[in-house]
Parts: sequence; structure tokens; C-alpha cells
Amino acid sequence: MIIELGHYLILSSMLFTIGVVGVFLNRKNVIIILMSLELILLSISINLVAFSAFLNDSTGQIFSLFILTVAAGEAAIGLAILVVYFRNVGNIEVDQINKMSG
Amino acid sequence: MFPAILFYIFSVTIIISALMVIFSRDPINSVLFLIFSFVNAAGIFLLAGAEFLALILVIVYVGAVAVLFLFVIMMLDFNIENIKKETRKYLPLGLFIGAILFLEITLMIYTPEIFSNEFKIIGKSYTSNQSNTEILGNLIYTDYFLQFQLAGFILLVAMIGAIVLTLRHRDYVRRQNISNQINRDSKSSIELVNIKLNDRDKK
Repeated sequence: MIIELGHYLILSSMLFTIGVVGVFLNRKNVIIILMSLELILLSISINLVAFSAFLNDSTGQIFSLFILTVAAGEAAIGLAILVVYFRNVGNIEVDQINKMSG
Repeated sequence: MFPAILFYIFSVTIIISALMVIFSRDPINSVLFLIFSFVNAAGIFLLAGAEFLALILVIVYVGAVAVLFLFVIMMLDFNIENIKKETRKYLPLGLFIGAILFLEITLMIYTPEIFSNEFKIIGKSYTSNQSNTEILGNLIYTDYFLQFQLAGFILLVAMIGAIVLTLRHRDYVRRQNISNQINRDSKSSIELVNIKLNDRDKK
């Protein structure tokens, strides 16, 4: 029983699919959509680390590190926008965000 | 044998907790399952030999991002009942798109032409007995130094952006205005008034 590259790829694709389904499913709650984006980025990270391990090339781990950086910044900015929006409107339902266009 | 069992345990836990993230009723439960899924992903990274990334994942995600999510959820008091009514409406569409996406990815992974080719290694291959952290440090501070600095700049911009977005000045909070305080001198603040002493006596 050996772990192959395909196992990692299947795991990462399942995680990616769950993230995309989460974006579609939670049309009301922006926070869960942000968490689904984190899941998607995690799946990409797993993909990069798996290729880096199986090709014996450490470059993939560095790109995974940059993905981590971008994900942290994205979470901070997204949650800040969410806090400002909630302060102005009073709810965070996605269906009504198009009222922001004035 | 033993790493394979660990891999399957971690994978099943990641998948189940990711499903719980998107299907959970309470957003706090979602955040906690997100933390659990990240911890298990750190285990997967350890099995793949990326120790540095595994520990960074635990520190950054569990220590910073998930706590940020928790604080934001605690700050915003939205009602859960209004949110959860609409979830069932989008379930068939979401499952349909998810099934198609997963099928496409799986077909792409198991196309024989992809795996029959030899993978071309772009970067340097380190087979020495350096540790994972040393290898990553050697790569980051030499070949990817510009990207490393850009990543730091992205974090700086994100920090400033988050502060600027959420900062607000309330009118009733009295703040210290330092320039006004320093520019104040005796001519503008002291006024000499001659009071006629006789006025009070007349009344």
C-alpha cells in the first residue's frame, strides 16, 4: 500500500469541488463563501506540495508559501469589507449586495 | 503501510470536515471545522515531507486567519434562521455543478497521456541531507527573493487596507489634536479684559 501522486490529486480535487459547491450553496452568508475560498486555496496548496514531493523539487513548496500569504491577505481584506458592509447595511446577505451599485 | 493508513485517516477527516464547513448550520461550527480541516492538511503536508509548510499552515491559519473569522462572526450578529432557509433552494444546482467539475478534474487526472510523459523538473533538485527548512530558505533567499519581497508587500498592503477600511471616527469621541496643542500660544489663549469695578456697585 503505497501512497501515489494520484491519491494526493484526488484528495485535492475533492477538496476543490467541495469549495466550489460551498460557494454555490451558501448564497446568503458571505463568511461561508470566504471559508469556501480558503478551502479552494488549501486544495491548490496540497496539489503543489504533492507535486513538489513526488518530483523531488522544492519550488512547489515555495509557491505554496506564496499562496498562504495571498490567502491571509485575502481573508483580512474580505473580512474588513464585510465588517464595513455590515456596519452600513445591517445584514450580510449576498442577494442584496447588488444594491451597493447605487 | 503506516504512512498510508495515516494518509487515509487524514484525507477522510479533511473531506468530512470540509463538508461540515459548507453544510453546517452555525458559522462558528463552520470555522471550527475549517480549523480541523487545516490541522489535518498539515498532517498531509508532514506525510509529503513538507515540514516547514505544515507548521506554517498551523501557525498562520489556525493562529491568525481562523481567529480572524471567529472575531468577525462574533462581531456581526446576523440571524441564522434567515440564512439557512435559502440553502436548500440551491442544493441541486450546487451538486450538479460540483459533480460535473469533479468528473472533469478526475478525467483530466486519469488521462494516460498526462502521466505517460516524463515530468520536466524546472527548478533545482535537492537530494542532499539538508532539512526541509534549509532547502526552502536557500531557495527563497536566492532565486525567489523578489517574489518573497513582493509577498511581504502584499501583506503590508493588506494590513493597511484592513485598517483603513474598518477605521471610523466617531463624533462623540474627543481626541487629542497635537498640532493645535503645540501651535497654541499665549496671545491666542489668554485674553485680557478690563473690568470696571464700579459696575457692581451701581447695581
